Amino acid sequence: MRRMGGRIALAAAAGVAAELAGLALIGSAAWLITRAAEQPPLAALSVAIVGVRAFATSKGVLRYGERLTGHDVALRAQATTRERLYQALVPAGPPSQKGADLLSRMVDDTDAVQDLLVRGLLPAVAALVTGIAAVVLGLFLLPAAALVLTAGLLTAGVVLPAGVAAVTRRRAALIAPARAELAARVADLLHGAADLAAYGAGDRALAASAGADARLAALERAQARTGAVATCLGVLAQGLTVAGVVLVAQGSGTGSVATAVLALTSLVCFEPLLPMITAAERMTGVSAALRRLREVRATPPAVAEPARPAAVPGGPLTVEVEDLVVRHAADRAPALNGVALTLTPGKRVAVVGPSGAGKSTLLAALMRLVEPESGAIRLSGSGSTGPDADADGDGDGDAPGIEAGAGGAGTGTWTGTGKTVDLRDLPSDEARRIMTGLTQDPYVFQASFRDNLRLAGPEADEAALAEAVRRARLEDWAERTGWDTVLGEDGRTVSGGQLQRLALARALLNDPPVLLLDEPAEALDEETADALMADLLDATRGRTTLLVTHRLRGLEEVDEIVVLENGSVLQRGTHRELVEVPGYYRDLWRSEALVSRA
Amino acid sequence: MHKDLLRLVRGERAVRRHLALCLAAAVLAGLLVLVQAELLAGVLSGRLETPALALLAVVVGVRGLLGLAQGIAAGRTTTAVKSVLRHRLLSRLRDLGPARLTSHRSGELVTLTGRGLDALDPYLNGYLPAVAVAGVVPVAVLARLVFADLSSAVIVLVTLPLIPVFGALVGMHTKAVTERQWRALSRLGGHFLDVVRGLPTLRAFGRARYQAEVIRRVTDAHRSATMRTLRVAFLSSLVLELAASLSLALVAVPIGLRLLGGTLDLPAALLVLLLAPEAYLPLRNMGTRFHAAMEGVTAADDVFAVLDREPEPRSAGGGALDPAGPAAAPEIRLENVTVRYPGRTEAALEDVSLVIAPGERVALVGESGAGKSTLLHLLLGFLTPESGRILVDGVELSGPASGPAAAASGDAGAEGAGDAGTEGGDAGAEGAEETRGGGEAGSTETRVARDAGIAEDAGARWEAWRGRLAFVPQRPHLFAASVADNIRLGSPGATLQQVRAAAGAAHADGFVTELPEGYDTVLGERGANLSAGQRQRVALARAFCRPAADLLLLDEPTARLDGRSEAAIVAATRELAEGRTAVIVAHRPAMIDLADRVVRIAGGRIVSDSGSPGASAARGEAAPLGGTTGPGGATPPDTTGPGGEAASDDTTASRDAGPSGDTVATGAGGTR
Repeated sequence: MRRMGGRIALAAAAGVAAELAGLALIGSAAWLITRAAEQPPLAALSVAIVGVRAFATSKGVLRYGERLTGHDVALRAQATTRERLYQALVPAGPPSQKGADLLSRMVDDTDAVQDLLVRGLLPAVAALVTGIAAVVLGLFLLPAAALVLTAGLLTAGVVLPAGVAAVTRRRAALIAPARAELAARVADLLHGAADLAAYGAGDRALAASAGADARLAALERAQARTGAVATCLGVLAQGLTVAGVVLVAQGSGTGSVATAVLALTSLVCFEPLLPMITAAERMTGVSAALRRLREVRATPPAVAEPARPAAVPGGPLTVEVEDLVVRHAADRAPALNGVALTLTPGKRVAVVGPSGAGKSTLLAALMRLVEPESGAIRLSGSGSTGPDADADGDGDGDAPGIEAGAGGAGTGTWTGTGKTVDLRDLPSDEARRIMTGLTQDPYVFQASFRDNLRLAGPEADEAALAEAVRRARLEDWAERTGWDTVLGEDGRTVSGGQLQRLALARALLNDPPVLLLDEPAEALDEETADALMADLLDATRGRTTLLVTHRLRGLEEVDEIVVLENGSVLQRGTHRELVEVPGYYRDLWRSEALVSRA
Repeated sequence: MHKDLLRLVRGERAVRRHLALCLAAAVLAGLLVLVQAELLAGVLSGRLETPALALLAVVVGVRGLLGLAQGIAAGRTTTAVKSVLRHRLLSRLRDLGPARLTSHRSGELVTLTGRGLDALDPYLNGYLPAVAVAGVVPVAVLARLVFADLSSAVIVLVTLPLIPVFGALVGMHTKAVTERQWRALSRLGGHFLDVVRGLPTLRAFGRARYQAEVIRRVTDAHRSATMRTLRVAFLSSLVLELAASLSLALVAVPIGLRLLGGTLDLPAALLVLLLAPEAYLPLRNMGTRFHAAMEGVTAADDVFAVLDREPEPRSAGGGALDPAGPAAAPEIRLENVTVRYPGRTEAALEDVSLVIAPGERVALVGESGAGKSTLLHLLLGFLTPESGRILVDGVELSGPASGPAAAASGDAGAEGAGDAGTEGGDAGAEGAEETRGGGEAGSTETRVARDAGIAEDAGARWEAWRGRLAFVPQRPHLFAASVADNIRLGSPGATLQQVRAAAGAAHADGFVTELPEGYDTVLGERGANLSAGQRQRVALARAFCRPAADLLLLDEPTARLDGRSEAAIVAATRELAEGRTAVIVAHRPAMIDLADRVVRIAGGRIVSDSGSPGASAARGEAAPLGGTTGPGGATPPDTTGPGGEAASDDTTASRDAGPSGDTVATGAGGTR
C-alpha cells in the first residue's frame, strides 16, 4: 500500500511536470517574442531561448513518462482491487444468488479504479498544480490579474465539474431504471419468443421495447445537453478570463511583455482543466462502481467461521442431520423445514423431490455454504480406526483407482478420534474437505482438460486421473479432445452432458469421506444416464454417499430414499417400500415408467 | 467513416441532419479559434485598441454557443443512431422466431442491444467531429500563417505531416507485436472473470484460497504485458507531443531572433505564436480519440454482421387469410412430415403422418428428445418441414421451405430434438407409412404449390392460423408487465372481467388476488416472483383468455411441478380442452388421463397410436417391441376412440402395466 502511494505520487509528479513544462513553454515563448520586439541585446534573450527549447523537449518526454507511470499505477491498483474483491468473495456467499451478469458487472467495476486514477485523480492533480502555478506567476506580475484568473479557474475547474457531477448523479438515478426497463423488454422479446409468436403479440412487444428505448434516448439526450452546456460555459470561462486578464493588465499600465506572458499563460493553464468537466460525468459512474465494490466487501459471509475450530473426529464418519431449518431470506418461507437424516459409514441415501423442494439447499448446508436457522449437522467418528484411515471413508476398498486422489485433500491437522462435533465448529473449508463432490452448476475453467480435472485432486497422478475419467464415462471424449486442449469460453466448448461427466470425474477424483452428488445424470441422454447411474451406483457401493436426483431408475440399490417437498420430508424408505404406498414417489415412478421405453 | 454506418446515416433523415449540424458546429468553432487568435494577438501587440476585447468576448461567446450546438446535436445523433440499430436488431430478433434463436446468439444480441451499442458514442460524438476539424482547421491555420509569416508557415507545413507519418510508421512497426499482445491481454484479462464465475466449483474442492495467489500472479503478468504494449503504443503519442511542442520552439526562437533583427513586426510574431499550436491540436485530438473510436467501429461491425448474417425471415404479409373458413375445431393432417435441424444428420421428425380429428384430445408421449416438442413447434409454425406438408381442414398450411435460408437454423426451441438417437419403433413407423402412404404424391404437390408462389403467403397464413391457437409452453415466459396484461397477451382487447374469468378458470384467481397489487402486480425478472405452478396457471389463463381459440397446444404443462400444483393444472386443462382440439405433450399420468388418444413418439417417428383409425396395423407391429410398457401396446383396439370414458380407462390400465414391466428392465440395467 505504501509503495502504491509512492507510485501514485510519481505518476502525479510526472503529470504535473508535463503540464508545468507546457505552461513554461508558452510563458517563455511569449516573453521571448515580446521582449525581442523591444530589441534588447541578444544576450538578454539567450536564457529564454534555451528555456523554450528545453521546455519543448521535456514536455513531450514528461508526457510520455506520465502516461506510462499513470497506467502502470492504475493497473496495479486494479490488480489490488481485484485481489481484495476475490478475497471478499471466497467465503461462501448465498448460493445461486449471484447471476453471471452480476458477476461480470462486478468484474467490470474493478476497472473503475483504473478510470479513477487515469482519468480522474492524476489529471486533476496536474490541473490543480498548473492552475496554482499560473496564479502564482500572476501574483508576481500583477495581483489584480491573478484575481481574475483565480475566479476563472475556480469556475471552470470547481464549479462546473461539481455542477455536472450533481446533475449527472441525479440523472443516473433515472437512467439506471430506464436501462433496466429496456433490458427487461429485450429479455421479454428473447425469452418469451415462443409465447409472443404463438399469441401474435410480437409487434406489441416490439413497440414496448421501442417505447423503453425512446425513454432511455430522451434521458441520454438530456445528459448530452448537460455536458454541452458545461462545455460551453467552460469555453466562455477560458475566453472571458483571458480577455479579463488583458483588460486588467492594460488598465493598470503593465508593460506589453508582462501582459503577453499573463495572457498566454492564462490561456494555456485552462487546457488541463477543461477536460475535468467531462471527466466529472464519468466520475459519477466510477464512484457508483466503487460503492458497489465496497458493498460487496462489506457483505458478511454466509456462514460464520468458528472462533476456536474443533477437530474432525477420527474413524469412519457418521453424519447426522437433525431437524434442520434453513431460510434463504428472513421474509421467505424456509427452504428446509425440519429435515432429519443419518448417513452412517458406507450408507447411501438418495434425495428426490420436485425442484424447489430444498434438495440443493440440503447439500449446501452439508457443504457449509448456508447457515442453518436451527437444527444441527453433527459428525461423529467411530474412534476405532487410526487418524489416517478415515480420510478415504472407503470401508470396502472396492475402488482402488480412486483412492489415489485422496492424498491431496487430507491434512490430518484436524483429525482427532471418536467424538462428535457440530459442523458449525469446523472451519468451513474443513467441512467441504469431508463432504463435497458433484455440485450444482459445475464450471469449466479456461484451462486444459487435465487442469480442469486436476483442480479436484492437485496431487493425483496420471493413473488416478485416467481412472476418474473412465468411471465418469468420459474417456472417449477425453481421447477425442486431448488432455491438453484448452476448454472454456475461448477454448473448446463443452456440452451439457460432457460438463456433467467432467464434474463427476472431479468428484470421483477428489474422493471425499462423504460423497455428495447433485443430479449427476442431469443433461445426459437417457442411455448414457442409465449407464452412468449404473456405474455410479457400482462405484459408490460401500461408500458414504448422498445422491440428489430426479431420476428414480436404479434407486432400488440405495439404502434409503428421502422424498422432499417444500423443505420437509414427505416420504422416506427403500424403493420397495415407497412403491407400495400411494404418494409422490409412486406417482413419479409410474410416470417415469410410462414414458421410458422397454 | 464506417461504411454501413454511413449508409444508415444517409438513409435516416433526422440522423443526417443532426450529424451534419454537429460536424458543422465543430468545424466553425475550430475556425473561430483563428479569429480569436487574431484578435488576441492584435490587442497584445497594441495593433488593436482595448475595446477590441469586447469583440474577443463576442467571438468567445459564439464559440461557446457552437460548442453547445455541437454537444446537443451529437447527443441527438448518437441516440438516434442507437435507436435505429436497436430497433433493427430487435425486429430481427422477433422475426427470427423462437425455434431459430439459439441461446448463444441470443446472449450476443442482448449484449449488443444494450452496452454494445453504447460503444458507438465516442465514435459518433467524439471521433467524427475531431476528424472533420482535423481536415479543415490545420489547412486554414496554414493559409493564415502563409500571409502572416511565410518561413513559419513552412516550418509548420514541414512538421505537420510528421505526425501522421510517424504515427503510421510506429503503428506499422509495432502492429504485429501489439496485436499479439492485445490477444494475450484479453486472455489474461478474462482470467479473473473466469475464476470468479467458477468460484463455487473451486470452493467445493478447497481450491478457492489457492487461486488468490494465482490471481495475483496472473494480474501481475497481465500488467507487465500491458505495460510492454503501452510502452510501444504510447510512442506514437510521444511523437505527436514532441512534434507539436518542438515545432512551437522551432517557430518561436527564429521569430524572436527576427524580431530582434527588425525583419518581423510584433503583431505578426504574436499571431504566429498563437496560431502555430492550433495547427497541431486537431490532429492530437483525433489521435487521442482513435482508440475509443475503434471500439465503436468494432461494435458497429458486430451489429451489421448480425443484421447481415441472419437470413431474412419469410415475409409476414399483412392480409389475414382464414384457411379454415368456419371457426370450428379444426382437423389437422400431417402428411409424411420430416424435420431436420441443420448440422444434424438424423431427423428430428421423420416421415410422420398423423390425423387429428376435430375435438380430439391427443397426448404425445415419449422420451425427451424424441420429437414431441418438435411436432408442437411444427404446428405453431416455428419450424418448417424439410418435406411433407401440414393440412388444416384440408387446406395446406406448410410445405417445405422455399430455400435453404428458411430452414430452421437453430435448436434452442426444441429440447435438443436430434439427440434421441433411438432406433426403436422402426417397425411401427413402417406400418404407419403403409397405412397412410402417399408420401411421393404429397411432396410433389408441395413442390407445385411452392412454384406457384403460394409459399409467399406463408407468413400471413401462419398469422391467421396462430390466431386460432392457444399455446401453453413448458416454461412459459412471464413478461415484465402486469398480471392482467400477461393474461391478455393473446387478446389485448380483453376487459378486466374477462381476464378475471380466465384466471378463475385457470385456478389462478386465488393467488393473483393475494399478490400485493392484485392484477396490477408487475411480473417478470424484476417483478413479483411466482412459483413454477403459478406461472403455469398464468399461462393457462392466457389460453382461457382466448375463447375463440379452437386448437389447444400444451407442452408438458405439469413437468417439474409438485402434486398439488399438478392437480390444479390438470383440472384447469380439462376444462380448457372442452370442445377444442387439443395436442398435449405429457409425461405424467394425470395429464395423459385427459386425452382420448395417446401417440407415442420415439426417435422422431410415431411408434404407437392408441386411437388413429388406421393405426391397428402400426400398433400390431409396435406391440412386440413395446412389450407391456407402452400404453399403446396394452390397449385393445376396440376401447379407443374419441370417447372420453373409454380412453381414460385405457390409460389407467396401461399405467398399471407400465411400472411392473419397467421394474424388471431397470433391475436388469442396474446389475449389469
